[in-house]
Amino acid sequence: MSDTILKVKDLKIQFKTGKKTVQPIRGVDFSIKKGETLGVVGESGSGKSVTSLAVMGLLPEKTSEIISGEIVFDGKDLTNLKEKHFRKLRGNDISMIFQEPMTSLNPVFTIGEQLSEPLKQHKKMSKKEIETAIIAVLTQVGIPRAEQIIHEYPHQLSGGMRQRVMISLALLGQPKLMIADEPTTALDVTIQAQILKLMKDIKKQHDMSLLLITHDLGVVAEMCDRVVVMYAGEIVEVAEVKELFDNPLHPYTRGLIESLPSKNTRKNRLYSIKGQVPKPNEITKGCIFANRCPFAFSKCFEETPPVQHTGNHMSKCWLQDSNKDEVS
Amino acid sequence: MEAKTLLEIKNLKKYFEISQGMFKEKINVRAVDDISFSVREGETFALVGESGCGKSTTGRTILRLTDPTDGQIVFKGKNIEKLPYNQMRALRNRMQMVFQDPYASLNPKKTIRQILMEPLRVHNKFPREERLEKINNMLKIVGLSEEHLDRYPHEFSGGQRQRIGIARAVILQPDFIIADEPVSALDVSVQSQVINLMLDLQEEFGLTYLFISHDLSVIEHMTDRVAVMYLGKIVEVADTEELFANPRHPYTQALISAVPISHPDEEKERIILTGDVPSPANPPSGCSFHTRCPFAMDICRKVEPVSKEFSNGHKANCHLYTDSENKEEKEYAINHS
Repeated sequence: MSDTILKVKDLKIQFKTGKKTVQPIRGVDFSIKKGETLGVVGESGSGKSVTSLAVMGLLPEKTSEIISGEIVFDGKDLTNLKEKHFRKLRGNDISMIFQEPMTSLNPVFTIGEQLSEPLKQHKKMSKKEIETAIIAVLTQVGIPRAEQIIHEYPHQLSGGMRQRVMISLALLGQPKLMIADEPTTALDVTIQAQILKLMKDIKKQHDMSLLLITHDLGVVAEMCDRVVVMYAGEIVEVAEVKELFDNPLHPYTRGLIESLPSKNTRKNRLYSIKGQVPKPNEITKGCIFANRCPFAFSKCFEETPPVQHTGNHMSKCWLQDSNKDEVS
Repeated sequence: MEAKTLLEIKNLKKYFEISQGMFKEKINVRAVDDISFSVREGETFALVGESGCGKSTTGRTILRLTDPTDGQIVFKGKNIEKLPYNQMRALRNRMQMVFQDPYASLNPKKTIRQILMEPLRVHNKFPREERLEKINNMLKIVGLSEEHLDRYPHEFSGGQRQRIGIARAVILQPDFIIADEPVSALDVSVQSQVINLMLDLQEEFGLTYLFISHDLSVIEHMTDRVAVMYLGKIVEVADTEELFANPRHPYTQALISAVPISHPDEEKERIILTGDVPSPANPPSGCSFHTRCPFAMDICRKVEPVSKEFSNGHKANCHLYTDSENKEEKEYAINHS
């Protein structure tokens, strides 16, 4: 237990939409070790953001419900934690960077005011100490003229600068775990390279764990130690990053890697996975990927595949079952 | 072997005026500042650059969705930059556009039948009786079917909507399509489907594409020639393979090096640019890239570089290659880049 910072066990989440209920997360299991970067890859609608919101305790209270499973952070179960206790944790032990640096800062407060909020919440510090702490952290994320920036408003900063402010906001409480939900998707490539490098450096300095949610396999290859591949609310594969790229076991992972333009000969048709991600209310029995899978056989449409372990490499596919020889 | 030129852009400029109040001088934002390039028949020409570099404005100006401030647009040997509205509208059955956001570019109140019928009705193409058949054919080509005809856009996923957007552009059988970031709003697995569709359509109808994108890996895959834009100017033009193998301009080099690796074992020399793109309302003097350029010299701050041709259509605007003074210093810089 000592080196596992976060453990999510058989998590199931349900949403109410009108009279119906949908279950966007159906049994998610993973853990993050101390100092590790875990990537969560998946397309939109695969449930990666919902999972991270559940860890942060940010799911809408009225419409959502964790029906089973547990989220254990640093030895504490978070699933039934009261809001009051969650507030002590958020921004202090776990912090989060959101996708849209444009919308996740409040436009009517100055950068300084927004950055002082977590310190006022969690630490007993004088105004002077708060200001020094903020300037120190802004300098650390590479923001020039930090003394002036704290009196400016978010609209005066560019996208890359705003994302740096978000990162510094997440760093203020010196968290043990940082969750980054698509931190660079809204940014240009040259700015993305800056931010990724910054996150790598900071993670090393502070010895935190990082949960990096993304749909970009390039970012995963660059940043992560281990990768979780999610598809339609389930985890289909977990492996070390090198193992995943060299030897992907699940057809969905294989498809994702094959469809990268750089893996295909120029000007030729790209490898593509046919069809699209099923909506949570369209899921039937059997393997969730069966209707798009090029290797699907009758069993895939009938039964949910079991979890298969090969060393540290986990996958959820009938092809990895003992009788796989006759199919592949 | 030299293919015919379909579209030629000469010294195109598009400035936007921002009013600062009654007595203050207006600010000119130079969204597109004196660019020239030509697109050959049947090729895919890419415009690449970061947000705010003017690539979308260039696309919209070519179609005259905004009027150019200055310069010439020659389409099939005919100047179209001053064409009256009616003639320009008629000409748009030869040139069409696919927009970036498949959620915002289809009218939510219209069915797919109406969306695809509109261009045929406006341009009075095909006899009335045949139109529905053409629409059905088109839907089949883009991977949808007749049963989708009476549905509304919100019933489709992002990838399907983009297919409808492409169908709407291709149904007029144009010669030239401007695709403004057609795949950047889509998921990875859907993105490759749409790219395949665009490649198929190009082969089937002999289309010429102007492909506007910021995603270098897509550009490397599907285009023939690339123009790199920075702050409203074209800084480098080359054949795609040549550009990726041998980038000349420091900005292009940085841009290519910033693309994430495709395998964890891959080692990559990164040129990480410092700072952000300056505001086009107040561009730096001299070479507009000098504020972020790792090799910036004195001359870069004062004089705007001119275009220099290296080989067979590979051109770059950079003082590292033009000026004859300080040759040693520059060679050192280039060799150590």
